[in-house]
Amino acid sequence: MKWLAFAFLFFATSVNSQTLRIGLAEDPDVLDPTMARTFVGRIVFAGLCDKLFDLDEKLNIVPQLATSYQWSSDNKSLVIKLRSDVTFHDGETMDAAAVKYNLERHKNMKGSNRRGELAVVSSVDAIDASTVRINLAAPFAPLLAVLTDRSGMMVSPKAAEAAGEKFGAKPVCSGPFRFVERIAQDRMVLERYPGYWNKGQIHFERIVYQPIVDATVRLANLRSGQLDFIERVAPSDIPSIRNDGRFKVAKIVEIGYQGITINVGKSDMAQKNPLGKDARVREAFELSLDRDAIVKVAMDGEAQPGNQWVAPSNQYYGKSAPVPKRDVERAKQLLREAGAPNPSFTLMTPTTSDAQRIAQVVQAMAKDAGFDVKIQSTEFATSLNLADKGQFEAYVLAWSGRADPDGNLHTMLACKGPTNYAGYCKEDVESLITQSRTSLDPAQRAVAYDKIAQQVAKDRPIVYLYHRHWLWAHTTKLSGLRTVPDGMVRLQGLKMN
Amino acid sequence: MFGFAIVTFFVVLALFAPWLAPYDPVATSWSAVRQAPGAAYLFGTDELGRDVLSRIIWGARASLLAGVVSMCISVACGVPIGMLAGYLGGWVDALISRITDAMLACPFLILAIALAAFLGPSLTNAMIAIGISATPVFIRLTRAQVLAAKSEDYVEAARALGNPHLRIALRHILPNIAAPLIVQATLAIAAAVIAEASLSFLGLGQQPPAPSWGSMLNTARNYVDQAPWMAIWPGLSIFLLVLSFNLLGDGLRDALDPRHK
Amino acid sequence: MLNYLLKRLATIVPTLFFVSVLIFGLQQLLPGDPAIALAGEDRDPSVVAYLRAKFHLDEPLPVRYWYWLSGVLHGDLGESVRIQKPVMELILEKLPVTIQLAAMAMLIALAIGLTAGVISAVKKDTAWDYAANVFALWGLSTPNFWLGILLILLFAVELGWLPASGYVSPFEDLGANLAAMIMPAFVLGNAIAAVLMRHTRSAMLQVLSSDYVRTARAKGLNERVVVLKHALRNALIPIITLGALEFGTLLSGAVLTEQVFSIPGFGKLIVDAVFNRDYLVVQGVVLFTATVYITLNLLADLAYFLVNPRMRV
Repeated sequence: MKWLAFAFLFFATSVNSQTLRIGLAEDPDVLDPTMARTFVGRIVFAGLCDKLFDLDEKLNIVPQLATSYQWSSDNKSLVIKLRSDVTFHDGETMDAAAVKYNLERHKNMKGSNRRGELAVVSSVDAIDASTVRINLAAPFAPLLAVLTDRSGMMVSPKAAEAAGEKFGAKPVCSGPFRFVERIAQDRMVLERYPGYWNKGQIHFERIVYQPIVDATVRLANLRSGQLDFIERVAPSDIPSIRNDGRFKVAKIVEIGYQGITINVGKSDMAQKNPLGKDARVREAFELSLDRDAIVKVAMDGEAQPGNQWVAPSNQYYGKSAPVPKRDVERAKQLLREAGAPNPSFTLMTPTTSDAQRIAQVVQAMAKDAGFDVKIQSTEFATSLNLADKGQFEAYVLAWSGRADPDGNLHTMLACKGPTNYAGYCKEDVESLITQSRTSLDPAQRAVAYDKIAQQVAKDRPIVYLYHRHWLWAHTTKLSGLRTVPDGMVRLQGLKMN
Repeated sequence: MFGFAIVTFFVVLALFAPWLAPYDPVATSWSAVRQAPGAAYLFGTDELGRDVLSRIIWGARASLLAGVVSMCISVACGVPIGMLAGYLGGWVDALISRITDAMLACPFLILAIALAAFLGPSLTNAMIAIGISATPVFIRLTRAQVLAAKSEDYVEAARALGNPHLRIALRHILPNIAAPLIVQATLAIAAAVIAEASLSFLGLGQQPPAPSWGSMLNTARNYVDQAPWMAIWPGLSIFLLVLSFNLLGDGLRDALDPRHK
Repeated sequence: MLNYLLKRLATIVPTLFFVSVLIFGLQQLLPGDPAIALAGEDRDPSVVAYLRAKFHLDEPLPVRYWYWLSGVLHGDLGESVRIQKPVMELILEKLPVTIQLAAMAMLIALAIGLTAGVISAVKKDTAWDYAANVFALWGLSTPNFWLGILLILLFAVELGWLPASGYVSPFEDLGANLAAMIMPAFVLGNAIAAVLMRHTRSAMLQVLSSDYVRTARAKGLNERVVVLKHALRNALIPIITLGALEFGTLLSGAVLTEQVFSIPGFGKLIVDAVFNRDYLVVQGVVLFTATVYITLNLLADLAYFLVNPRMRV
């Protein structure tokens, strides 16, 4: 039997002795699921760490390390059945005790970035080796979705205990590939984990992730054959890639959004400018914008116009608040009614090229209605600080998105949300948000979101503009690519022909 | 001469930009996005349908302003401090020299980036950042020149006549060390133009939508493949302007500094 | 001699002290709370508070400076907040890359600068002189990030001769390593060539008019031999010592060049760290480069002093 396994291993490696080289748009931060903060880091985790649950192309939640789940009748506890054939990269078994350890680590570790999304988890019980129960202080609908992201990633308790705070330097997870090395700003190398539970789906020996910030250079690397796959292609490059028979383009509407956050109550600055003070001025501002044209000019058409925290194609999109059409005449009239025919405000804009383009297009459009928009281009780190202190009038800010709509809504628009830069706080919206979080029935949640959408569309603490397309380009030899809206590159099933 | 001619050319462009530019440099046109150079737009249009030629012409203002104002800041700070150090000597000199050494030991652009990030992105702040970062060069040069001049006969003579220090420094030393300073100042303009472009390239310069060659290059970077004209013209303009200041500096050096002949 | 050496050495300590104050001050004065910048998209308040406490961000500046300085004096430059790696490790990781880039750039600069300098000195005041001058100046006048983009377009995208960017360790694949480094090295070297050309020109002019060369010429030696063997060899010392001082220019240039070519060296490390507010990295790396720069400066000074003992700085 043993020789058979060896023969199989040998066979497997000789067939799959291939490396997949992926070009990333940024350098990830620390590779510890508990501490990690960046979007791009999640792409690397997709190779490194499996999660309790995963998302499919239609944003359905499907089991990964779990096999099934069951909510209790009061919706205050979730019982998860686990796979029994999963080991970590150090050979340790992934069982209920490991899940309990991991969830507690997420909740208790100093500096954990998962604490917020797991706040409602009160305790975790390992019922038997393959059954775990998560107890909640209150029903929490987004929990499953949260477990499809870093909170659901399981690391080896033994390795985590040994490494302590340094775990991120050499992560030990249970994903298809294990960590080999990382050279900051240059590359992250992963190699195939032979003990992976789903190894039939894995067709590469090595994965190399290379952060290359400049989109042009990233593409040049794909063209010259240094990379097999690149994420976040510049929209303007799409036509030329399409014309090149060697490459294919994949696109997915993101789950995040691009928008303009308006200071409506974050600080007293909100009352000092017409935009923050008067909802009519905000309405006029929104009416002066032509989202289709913004998408066409700023994104070369590679985005879906939208006016809510989820895209119009999402099941939780509030259909009672559709995307408004541009209406400059009405905008002018509103400004006259508000007694400010030529309102002026400052639009804080990070120095990224996307944001700068949006700001300039918005500036030109709003001018038609009489607005005098001053662009205040601000380095990103500084802009965050100013936003946090409420020292801004309007702010071009994107959100990378979460699988559950709550992740796109709660932290920005709930009264105490940590990124509620608008300073928005409405009692009825607050209770609706709570309702949408505590109800597990999708139909009920949809009703709540529809009501929130209507109110937010009137108050406009955030003027949502569009939802980008995740644009990927890869060699035509690559097949089996799954386009999931969270923008992660799943390696299961990927194959080089 | 060539250098002087090109500098003059750009100064004229900058001064008469409103009359010379065929279009409004910030006027967008959604129907003419990234058009190749042609009859309507000699240098083509950019990603928002703005005329590149007009932006180059207006951008000359930002670049010249950045070059000249940064240089003035460096000179205004560097020369007095350098004179103080050179003239007074002693612990004042030691202190100033060490601080100067420290500033010179940090890469110029890093200093400028940190300062510009500290002050916040804008053309004015970029000029201040560049000006301050380039100051130590002037301190060091002035100090060395003052040290050399201090022992010259005419300074000794002026001192013997009981002239006050300030008068000696301003009336006797400064005119005699002016030549190398003027040369250095011209070269500093060239360096400052590049530095401004670099800062704008990193998004720390001119505020959009106002044009600056560096920020034009920054946006052009995303379109080098489809719209190379967006990158070529501003790059070429920076190159020409900097080259001409460098040539001018060389010419001045030859004319003003007899030892260099 | 010994006196001069000691005097020169004594200035290093205060200079380094001011360097440390300068970069600490600049970095700490940057707007944007590092804790908020580093807390990620969610900016969970508990994470922000944790980062503040961990990096003493709530304490007064002098106290924070003291924390940092005492670490540095014990050889501990701290840790990158962003990727949790000791700064010293990062420096050691990037050092070979930067040294290679700098060395290659310097070689290219010497090749261009020396040739142009010798030609313009020998053919002084002719069209050759002028042409060599303009040729060298073009390097000084080209924004290097622009040149980099154009080169990538030409050699990587259009012709496909060279990789567009990235870095391969020379121990892994020397050919690939050189192919990846040649463009950035050229872009960087180009800028320094002009300076070296000027040094070469003036040093050569000086040597060429010396008695020593006049004697060689009088002996009826071939002009080529005179120029290359006698004159250039003597001019080399000041050229090389002055060239060493261009290290600062090199690092400054590397900032953007590395950004454009995605070379994982010091320049990219510092710039990314400035924008991410990973301030211990900025402080550590700048302090390190400043120390190297000051040391090189000292060595150049000493070399100069040895060659020309009458000179006093």
